[in-house]
Amino acid sequence: MNATAQTRTLEKSPVIRITPPARWWEIPFGEVWEYRELLYFFVWRDIKIRYKQTAIGAAWAVLQPLLTMIVFTLFFGKLAHIPSDGLPYPIFYYSALLPWIYFAASLQNTTNTIVENQRVVTKVYFPRLILPLSSVCSGLVDFGVSFVMFVVMMIYFGMRPSAAVLWLPAFLLLALLTALGVGLWLSALNAIYRDVRYVVPFLVQFWMFASPVAYPSSLVPEKWRWVFGLNPMTGVIEGFRWSLSGHGEAPGRSLFVSMGVVILVLFTGVSYFHRMETTIADVV
Amino acid sequence: MSEAVIHAEGLGKRYQIGERERYRALRDVLSRAFVAPFRRGGRAREESHLWALRDVSLEVRQGEVVGLIGRNGAGKTTLLKILSRITRPTTGCAEIRGRVGSLLEVGTGFHPELTGRENVFLSGAILGMKNSEISRKFDEIVSFAAVERFIDTPLKHFSTGMQMRLAFAVAAHLEPEILLVDEVLAVGDLEFQKKCLGKMQDVSRSGRTIIFVSHQMNQIRRLCERVAWIDAGRIALDGPSEAVIGAYEHAILSASHATDGSLSSREAVSYLGWEVAQRRGSETNIVEEGTGPISIGIRVRNRARIGHGHVAVVVYDSRGFLICGWSFDDLQLGLGEHDLHFSFPELPLRPGAYSLLVNIHDDHQSSYSWTLVPSLIIEGVPVTHHMDEWAGVLNIPCSMECKEIELSARTSG
Repeated sequence: MNATAQTRTLEKSPVIRITPPARWWEIPFGEVWEYRELLYFFVWRDIKIRYKQTAIGAAWAVLQPLLTMIVFTLFFGKLAHIPSDGLPYPIFYYSALLPWIYFAASLQNTTNTIVENQRVVTKVYFPRLILPLSSVCSGLVDFGVSFVMFVVMMIYFGMRPSAAVLWLPAFLLLALLTALGVGLWLSALNAIYRDVRYVVPFLVQFWMFASPVAYPSSLVPEKWRWVFGLNPMTGVIEGFRWSLSGHGEAPGRSLFVSMGVVILVLFTGVSYFHRMETTIADVV
Repeated sequence: MSEAVIHAEGLGKRYQIGERERYRALRDVLSRAFVAPFRRGGRAREESHLWALRDVSLEVRQGEVVGLIGRNGAGKTTLLKILSRITRPTTGCAEIRGRVGSLLEVGTGFHPELTGRENVFLSGAILGMKNSEISRKFDEIVSFAAVERFIDTPLKHFSTGMQMRLAFAVAAHLEPEILLVDEVLAVGDLEFQKKCLGKMQDVSRSGRTIIFVSHQMNQIRRLCERVAWIDAGRIALDGPSEAVIGAYEHAILSASHATDGSLSSREAVSYLGWEVAQRRGSETNIVEEGTGPISIGIRVRNRARIGHGHVAVVVYDSRGFLICGWSFDDLQLGLGEHDLHFSFPELPLRPGAYSLLVNIHDDHQSSYSWTLVPSLIIEGVPVTHHMDEWAGVLNIPCSMECKEIELSARTSG
């Protein structure tokens, strides 16, 4: 009875093939879906631990963009008189810092995720893609908390959201995919070359100045806009400003360039990560 | 015959020496790239490779409990890592039917900041349990670990023993169709180890397939009917537990005493060999469990006459415990070869490998000792009876009967 039940489950259970390292195009998306519960647990763990170890917990998620916004408003706005396309400086900077801080934190966490979970990676099997995925997802909670602060600011400045705000999730998704795509490259590289983790803070800093966080993209000469648009975060930040404030023009051509770049980075990132995945446990 | 659930063919795993468990710094790569053109030939590269596993083929049927034994670094863990898909083989392939759960470490995924409860869920999920499955078994896990009172305190306040128990409790409630276990039963106190072993036996009786790595031969004997011995990355022997474990223990013993013969040949008395008189087949060191009288002959060569000598035989079990010893005085040994015969009405020992130590000394304080090679093996039917761990070392016959005491006898007595 027991034996027949066993055999029956065996017939249903899939056959797992173990072969030498896979080729880059064999990406186990189905398997990632199968392990979605684990993804949830990793996200849950990251958030739990982050808030447990800090004294003021979730307040950090608000303080970081808030303080940065104040500094930017004072120095770039009031002192340097950088134009803000007609928006109040706090709104202008905070709406850009929302996606930017999410992106920067996700990129750093994703880079370190394989190394930080080294013990799990070398002792248990699961699709390694789960780890970077959980890093970019757990950042969304901080994003949500800091977003509440933005709503408060909108009320303070007496601004009403327009229909454009419905586009916000799409821009957030673009930020997530950018962080994931670049993070996949960096986390796999970081597992092999630990130097990467020291490079990332510089990368993030340079990247911020290459993105319209502290200035509007209207400052960039028209003929160089497309080069500027190669940076996917340009599209994300312009999109955030537009959809949150309802002012200005919807990002057009540069957004399509950004999307193209994200798709390219994401695709190569997943392939590279997956190629490394099979040997990561040996080298990490 | 049940079907094969694991089918591995020609599995091999090559590591670059120094690569395993070590990351590379970009600096090393750059410097290597810079130096490489100046290095002659490719020989240096070839030598820096190590085959941790080579050409391993293995077939495991459903419900089999297979033990993996071998020295440290023989490739046992590498094999488990390949079968559990943590790492990929360099050559060969394998097919596995069913859900695989692997236990390579106790407490995988535990985090000190989270509470006991949270860690049970997290570790369970990492080991491959579904959320609903963990919820269902949660109470059972907690009571198995005996940490009910602390379950909502952060793990960092747990004692090491409690952490271990909780970790193992989670692992023990894993119910995959195929379980790969690496030397994890060696946690906790003796009491808990027994509990774990009992749990493993339950699992194996429920028809699951288990591959189990251990250095403790008594654990392997208790759990497995079949054992594969891995030596230097290859399967040295694969078959019934007793035979493989016997051969393995023999190899270990002969390796550690390999020098004895050459040293003693220069001495006055040298050891030539030994055998069991009631031997079975061509093997001269194997006795079947429960055979009646037994005598063993030990052959020595003597170059100096001994008038008043003494001879002693001592039996150790595989863990090195002294079981018993006998000594005889008034040994007279002339020149040439002699057989020393020791007779026992019976040798009441449980199945296993035993090493025999022989010592000859005379009144002039010359002393000669040898561990007999190969070791003595008592063969029996491999038992996985649940009381087996209580069987001990001695095999003394005993019978039991139950008598009812009649009422009249009780009142009068």
